[in-house]
Amino acid sequence: MEARENLEEKYREALSNYLKDQSEQALYQGQKYSRKTIEHKISPEEIISFHKSTLMDTYDNLPPEVLHSLDFLLEVMMGYGIAYREHQNLKHLQQELKSEIEIAANVQHTLLGTDIPEVGGLEIGAVSVPAKHMNGDYYHFVQDENQCVGVAIADVIGKGIPAALCMSMIKYAMDSLPEHRHFPKSVLESLNRVVERNVDPSMFITMFYGLFDPSTSIFTYASAGHEPGFYYNAATKEFTDLTAKGLLLGVEKKTQYEQYEKHIGSGDMIVLMSDGVTECRTSEGFIERKTLIEYIEKNMHLSAQEMVNNIYKQLEKLQHFQLRDDFTLIILKRNV
Amino acid sequence: MEFQSCVKIINEWDIVAARQLGRNVAKELGFGTVDQARITTAISELARNIYLYAGQGKVCIEKLYEGGKSGLLIIASDEGPGIPDVRKVMEDGFSTSGGLGAGLPGVKRLMDEFDLDTTIGKGTEIRAIKWLR
Ligand SMILES: Nc1ncnc2c1ncn2[C@@H]1O[C@H](COP(=O)(O)OP(=O)(O)OP(=O)(O)O)[C@@H](O)[C@H]1O
Ligand SMILES: [Mg+2]
Repeated sequence: MEARENLEEKYREALSNYLKDQSEQALYQGQKYSRKTIEHKISPEEIISFHKSTLMDTYDNLPPEVLHSLDFLLEVMMGYGIAYREHQNLKHLQQELKSEIEIAANVQHTLLGTDIPEVGGLEIGAVSVPAKHMNGDYYHFVQDENQCVGVAIADVIGKGIPAALCMSMIKYAMDSLPEHRHFPKSVLESLNRVVERNVDPSMFITMFYGLFDPSTSIFTYASAGHEPGFYYNAATKEFTDLTAKGLLLGVEKKTQYEQYEKHIGSGDMIVLMSDGVTECRTSEGFIERKTLIEYIEKNMHLSAQEMVNNIYKQLEKLQHFQLRDDFTLIILKRNV
Repeated sequence: MEFQSCVKIINEWDIVAARQLGRNVAKELGFGTVDQARITTAISELARNIYLYAGQGKVCIEKLYEGGKSGLLIIASDEGPGIPDVRKVMEDGFSTSGGLGAGLPGVKRLMDEFDLDTTIGKGTEIRAIKWLR
């Protein structure tokens, strides 16, 4: 590190040069100098004292008022000096916090990780991207010994770290569910009890749980206030909302959920999403579900995973690469 | 004790008297203008806190000579309500003014040593030292 005296000497030189000819070149030296002083954590009041001592050494008969005025200026700059030092420290703290959050996000990623199951006749694509570092959306697949595939998608109202912490709990509640995964309604009812008991009353979770049985091609599902998905009928080429009634998780201990069934024909699709998808905001407002359908149609010739990837990329671009909410999109497509 | 003198802090003008005392002693010890300004700013902040939060108290200035070094010690003491959460108060960005003043973290940074003792309901004593380099 360059010694302080050295920096004072440099200031003297740079200032004398400027006083000689007032050239742009000398001013440029001044600008470069300020980079150096910031680098060496020299605060503004010190620069004023460099300035004062340069003037005193250079001129014998300066009016004393000029020197007094510099003392005054120095006093006024004290506050800026303090703010500058605080800023330095806060910058450092922010860096620390940031790397801590990054680690937490990685931990979360590992904790909540889920493998997409391989099921004959069913293609599955899933994408989930957090708006910030940590994801408040959650999706999970389970496959039982009868090849039935369970799919869960959940969204905490709110985002960021609190939402993400809350989601880890859902994951563990899911893992420790007794063996009634065959009944989406009972899955939601048990989770509702867990959430009601364990989560801050101001925090609510929406969730959709569905189960596909390849032997009957029936998709059974229930929803706890979750953004409705779509059902695509390949025969009629029509999309319909996959509506299901149900209160959010964590509102009321004894909530009962309704269970619905849908036969999935060859080429049919189930599209599930979090509200981060429908709340993609463009300059013209939220995208319409209709628009989302157009995006799905545009990508329909692709595999399920390519579809969700592409739709995500296109919607991301549509909102100028700024996600406002966690984004999760899942597509199940029957291909036989 | 080589030298100690104190200013009672009862109203806002006493802050000026405390600054003046601090500056005089700092000059006598040979501190340069920048350090003088740091010392007086620290005194201002401590005295202002006494005036605002404790109602009254005092600021004492002491000359220190230790192993060939000399320094200036500020002791700000009061019998006010005390500070409940010192750790929080010492965090940057906490002060009620939102960092418009130096606040206690600022005082700590302006000085070389800083020590805070506080008891709820009994009062607060803050000692801060600047060494002459
Ligand atoms: N002598 C004291 N007695 C009791 N409480 C105090 C005392 N000094 C500080 N405090 C408490 O500590 C808090 C932080 O003080 P600090 O000087 O850091 O910031 P501030 O006075 O709130 O704002 P600023 O000084 O930036 O204008 C104060 O808001 C006050 O509650
Ligand atoms: Mg204060």
